[in-house]
Parts: sequence; structure tokens; C-alpha cells
Amino acid sequence: MSSLLAARSQMGISLAFHIVFALVGMAMPVLMVVAERRWHVTGDEIYHELAQRWAKGTAILFAVGAVSGTVLSFELGLLWPGFMRVAGPIIGMPFSLEGFAFFTEAIFLGIYLYGWDRISPRAHLAAGVAVAVSGVASGIFVVIANAWMNTPAGFVIDAGRITDIDPLAAMANPAALSQAIHMTLAAYAATGLAVAGIHASLLLKDSANVFHRRALVIALLVGGPAAVLQPLSGDLAARQVARYQPTKLAAMEALFRTERDAPLVLGGWPDMRIPTTRYAIRIPYGLSLLAFHDPHAVVRGLDAVQRADWPNVPAVHWSFQLMVGLGTYMALVALWAGWVGWKGERGTRSAERRSENGGGAAIAGHRLLLHAITLVTPMGFVATEAGWMTTELGRQPWVIYGVLRTADAVTPMPGLVAPLIVFTLLYCFLGVIVALLLYRQILHSPNVPESLWKFMTPGQPR
Amino acid sequence: MNPMLPDVLAGIVIVSLNAYVLLAGADFGGGVWDLLATGPRKESQRHLIAEAIGPVWEANHVWLILALVLLFTCFPPVFAQLGIQLHIPFVLALIGIVLRGSAFAFRSYGGERDDAQRRWGRVFAIASVGTPLLLGAALGAVASGKIGPAEMSDRFWTTYVSPWLNPFGVAVGIFTLACFAFLAAVYLTLEAEDAALRDDFRRRAMGAQLAVIASGVIALALSGGVAPAVQQGLLGAPWATALHILGGGTALVSVGALWRRRWVVARIAAASEVSLILWGWALGQYPFILPPDFTIDGAAAPTFTLELVLGALALGGAVLFPSLYYLFRIFKAKAPASAL
Repeated sequence: MSSLLAARSQMGISLAFHIVFALVGMAMPVLMVVAERRWHVTGDEIYHELAQRWAKGTAILFAVGAVSGTVLSFELGLLWPGFMRVAGPIIGMPFSLEGFAFFTEAIFLGIYLYGWDRISPRAHLAAGVAVAVSGVASGIFVVIANAWMNTPAGFVIDAGRITDIDPLAAMANPAALSQAIHMTLAAYAATGLAVAGIHASLLLKDSANVFHRRALVIALLVGGPAAVLQPLSGDLAARQVARYQPTKLAAMEALFRTERDAPLVLGGWPDMRIPTTRYAIRIPYGLSLLAFHDPHAVVRGLDAVQRADWPNVPAVHWSFQLMVGLGTYMALVALWAGWVGWKGERGTRSAERRSENGGGAAIAGHRLLLHAITLVTPMGFVATEAGWMTTELGRQPWVIYGVLRTADAVTPMPGLVAPLIVFTLLYCFLGVIVALLLYRQILHSPNVPESLWKFMTPGQPR
Repeated sequence: MNPMLPDVLAGIVIVSLNAYVLLAGADFGGGVWDLLATGPRKESQRHLIAEAIGPVWEANHVWLILALVLLFTCFPPVFAQLGIQLHIPFVLALIGIVLRGSAFAFRSYGGERDDAQRRWGRVFAIASVGTPLLLGAALGAVASGKIGPAEMSDRFWTTYVSPWLNPFGVAVGIFTLACFAFLAAVYLTLEAEDAALRDDFRRRAMGAQLAVIASGVIALALSGGVAPAVQQGLLGAPWATALHILGGGTALVSVGALWRRRWVVARIAAASEVSLILWGWALGQYPFILPPDFTIDGAAAPTFTLELVLGALALGGAVLFPSLYYLFRIFKAKAPASAL
């Protein structure tokens, strides 16, 4: 295995592992804050229990995310010193800001987790909000740095030397906004709907359990809207890619020849020998329409650059297709759940027992919908991984698009297979442990039957 | 351009390293005492350590990230060079950091089964011992001037291994571990509410102080051969005498305060002692950030980047310091007045 492949594999595995925890770290605090807020408003002890359990899960995931994030910040130098030498002064800025956001997140998470009895309920809730806000901020700063690798800005190359460095212009690079929106929505959609999926599967076994109903409604409220908005932000991101990274778009769509009236290619087998894409469904004008909002627009194919500069076309194409497919399913399920919940809520609104949460009851009683939501559980994470593969593999062979090749950035240190194996094993081990711990926690969910919860003593927030 | 700007930012890197050593270093030291917990109060010792670390260790850990990020933004060639030649100790330290953090979280939130908790406690403790050794050895390599483009050859051993794996590196590693253990023991005397438990850590703090002095003397003696610049700085520079008097003074004060059970004084003296050691190293190699190839000025990023980072630091600090104050006030403000 070459040094370059080993380094890329290790970076890929580290990112793929960390990204799951990053998503959860961005979105999970919102769920716990909503649950805690509902506890304050309604005095219903179930919400208190829910907030505490979610906080416990978040604590485990955040800890693993924090250390795997540390690994990544070291790996920038351990694997890609050539990249850091060039990129450090230009794009270190968002990383510095991310440092502070991460700091804030860690501080207030500590306060949230250990402060239940030490500070006022209002201060505790505020600490949770601080975690949620700084979590999203830190995610956005990291994505801005990644966006710069895709659409570098804020410097001038003069006779092979980089001059006129402007870190602010680098942060305001063309891809920054669309990528930041897309990733933030991904965090909410993936995490919210995964939690919804877990509780939906438990409701299938015990549809009267109010604990799971409450959890399901909050999770859908956080994940659902994001899943519905995600295709729109995807459109924004894709048009941006079409404009600034035409080779990546061509690989995503497996478009080998530059075409006017380009069709949208669904599925298919990119045959690299000819090269052409076989067995695909082609929707006439689809790609021109989506990429430029004009059915007759010219879309640049892979033939616009020399073959040595092509990314791995099948990998990028399939990753992209997978992401879009899963995202579409998630958006549809979210719409369906919204519809059922809204109808149920309207049904009870006329009745007097509004606090009984008619929407949750309606969804909990709809078995087909519960099955559909259960199916969603892993999808957001898989879709995010696929999207990440699309943008990272699609940028190759460049680490900074058009400026620095990945092969020129890798460390001269020999034997990179060794750390690759070590981190792969370490992350597999940790992944299994985390899954087991979370599974055990879910198994121990409280059993609160519908008929009983009304008689529970409502616990007032202190 | 202000010619001081690179120096200021290098200073801030050392300040965050200093905070990392004083805060996260003590968390590592807590792991050492978890591993070495003995006697009738074995379990209460471990419990106290977990209680003390729990709410703050994530935040304490971020000081390392901050130092790292500042280093690669403001002094990118230094970060790149460290990444190349210290690949092995950093990878090993990272494994320690990952295992330690995860194990601590698994133990705290993982569930109620005792044997599983004990196993994670073991992982946490062992990783807490290994990581400081490796980070210290890496620091030793920096001080000894063996990291730099001119220091690289075709031989794997001399380029990637011997700079940190040598008697001096090992001595600095042990010295670092001793400092961390010392800090933790001193801090824990103040955290403990039970007199017997407090005395357990008082004894440990005294022992660790001895280890700090012994390993420090050994490291300094070994530095003559490998880190002459730092040794010269530490022994010959005009500020050296003042530093030695201050360092020796704080060491004496911390021992005296422990002896007389003045826990707060001991804490302040111990923190000052370890900080002085860190700054002694940093000043010892000034104006080099990575001797012998990179001076602070020579490795610095363009001025505009440095200015922006300074602005970001001011902005971030305005959020960070009140938050940190709040965190420590909630969880660490329980020192009884009698402890003074």
C-alpha cells in the first residue's frame, strides 16, 4: 500500500468515525433542551427523565467525539504536513474560532451534566442552550475550512509562491455558506430522525408507552423540518458545485462528455474503459435544469480535464446517488409524520385534553408510519457519510482544489500502514463499545403506560 | 508591522500549554493516583478523583487543541515539522488520549455493573500514565534541537525515533509525569472533605514533589549532552538565577504548606512551581520556537494572519474566560476558609 493511500485511508476512517459523533454533538443538545423546557412548562416528570437520559447518551458520545476530534487536529500535521504548511496561515482562522466554540461547548456541557442540583433550573436550561449553540458554531467553522479546500480563496499565487493572504476572504469562500447549511441540516435530520426511529421501534412493541411517545414527538420536531429542508439546501449546494467544481459535479453525475441539454443520470454503472455510464435511467434535460435552472445549459463533463485529474468516478457517483436516495426517503417520511401528527393534534385540540399530546398519540397509533420511521434510524448517518465521501473523493486528486495535489501534501514518514491499522482497530473497538452502551441504555427505558402516567406525581422543577 | 507580534503569539501558545499542564495535567495525574490507589481508603480515593475530574476534564482538554490550532495557524512550518518527525510519539499519545477520554466517559455513564466500571477505570489509569510520558518525550525532542528539516536523514531511526527515544527524552517524560502527579495530589488535598483522605493525598504530594526534584535534576544533567542551548539558557542567562530562586522558592513553599496543611497555599505554590518550569524551558530556547532551524520570527505566518488571530483570541477570550470562571465557580468553589 502506498503512503498516499494509507494516509488517505486513515484520514477517511478518522473522519468517518468522528462525523457521527460530530452530528450527534450538534443536534442532541437541542433534543435535551426541548425536553427540559417542556418539563419546566408542564411539570411532567417524564420530560425530566427524558432530558436526563438524553444528556447521559450525549455525554458518552461527546466524550468520544472530543477525543476523535483531537486525533483529527493532530492528523492534519501527522499525515498532511505539506497541506498545513500552505493552508495553516490561510485557513487556521476558522480552526481557531472552532477552538473557542468547542471550548464553550465543553464548559457548558460539564455544567449541564453535573449541574442538575447545583444551579437554578433556568441557568441549567441556559447552559443547555449554550451547548446547542456552540456545538453548531463549532461544526460550521470546521465545515468552512473544508469548503475552502473545495473552493480556495483569499490568496494569490505569484510564480508558484502564495502571497496576499487574506484569512477573512478565505472564510468567505464560495462554498462556505451552502456547505455549512447542508451540514447543519444534516446533523439535525440524521440525529433527530435516528432518535425518532429508535423510539418508533420501541412503540411498535409497546404503543401505549408515554415515555416513548414524548420522545418520538420531540425527536420528530427536531429532525423532521431539517429533513424536509435538506433537499432544498442540496439544490443550493449542487448549483454551487456545478459552478465552482465542475469536475466534481461531472463525477457525481457520471457525466463523461460535456453536453448541452444534459440529462439527469440515475443509478447505472460508470464503465471506465469506454468510458460511459451503462444501464442508467436518464431524465432528459434533468441535469442542466438542476445544475443551472436552465434545461438547455451546457454542463461540463469529465472530458474537460485530463484523465489524470479525474476523481474515482464510480465511487463519487454511487455515494452521491446513495445520499440523494436516502435523503429523499427521509424527507418523505418526515412529511408523512408531520401530516399524521398535525391531523392528530387538530383532533384533540377541540377536545379539552390538549396536554395529552394528540399528535404523539396519532403517530404512535399509526403502525405503518412507525415502521417507516424505524427504517429511517441509520439513514441520516449513512447519507451524511455518503455525502462526505462525495465531496471528499470528488475533490481528488486535489487536497486544495486546483492548487495543491493530495500526493504532494502527504508526510515523508514511512510505514503509514501501521498507524492506519492501529486507528482502524481502535475505532472499531470504540464503535462497538459505544453501540453496546447506548443499546443497554435504551433497553432500560422506563415503562410508563398510558393509563398510568396521569397518576404520577408531577415533579416540579426546583 | 509590530515586530513583537510573533513573540506575543508564541507567548500565547505557551500560555495555553501552561493552562493545559496545570489543568489537564492534573487530570492525567488523577489517573496516576487512580492506578496507585492503595490502603483502606482505596475506593474513596478513586471516587474523589472521578468527582474532581468529571465536570472539568473536557474543558481542560481543549487547551491542548487551542495550543495546536494556534501553532498551525501562526507557525505552520513548525507544526508540519513536528507532525513529520514526532509522528510516532504523537500517534501513541493520541491512542492514550482516545482511550483515556472514552474510558472515563464509559465508566461515568456506562451503567451500574461494577466489574465493567473497574475495567474502564483500569484503562483510564494506564492511559493516564502513558500519555504524559510520550508528550514529555516529544517536548524533550523539541528542546534538544533534533527536530528540523536539516536534522532529517535517510535513516529512519535517527530521523523519526532517536530524537525522542533517548535518555534525555525518557527523563523529560518521567519528569512530566511526576509534575502531573504532583499537581493532582496537591489539588486533591483541597478537594477532599475527609481528613484521612486529605492526608492520603498529602503524603502522595510530598512523595511526588521528591520525584519531581529527582527527575528534574536528572533531566537537567542529561540535557548538557543533547540540549546545550536550553541548558545554557537555564544555567547561564541573566534571568536564570531569578528563575532558579523563584522555582526553588515555590518548591519549598509548597512542601512547607503541605507540611502545615495550608492546602490553598500549597495549591498556588505547586501550580507556580510547574509553570515556572515550563516557562524556563520556553525562555531557555528563545528566540527559537523549534531549535535549531526555526526562530519565532522565521516561522511566523504573515502579519495579517497574526493580527486576525489576535483579534479572534480577544473575541474568544471574552466568551471563554467568563464561562471558565462560571464552570470553576460552580464545581470548585467549596474550599473551606480553614484551609488557608
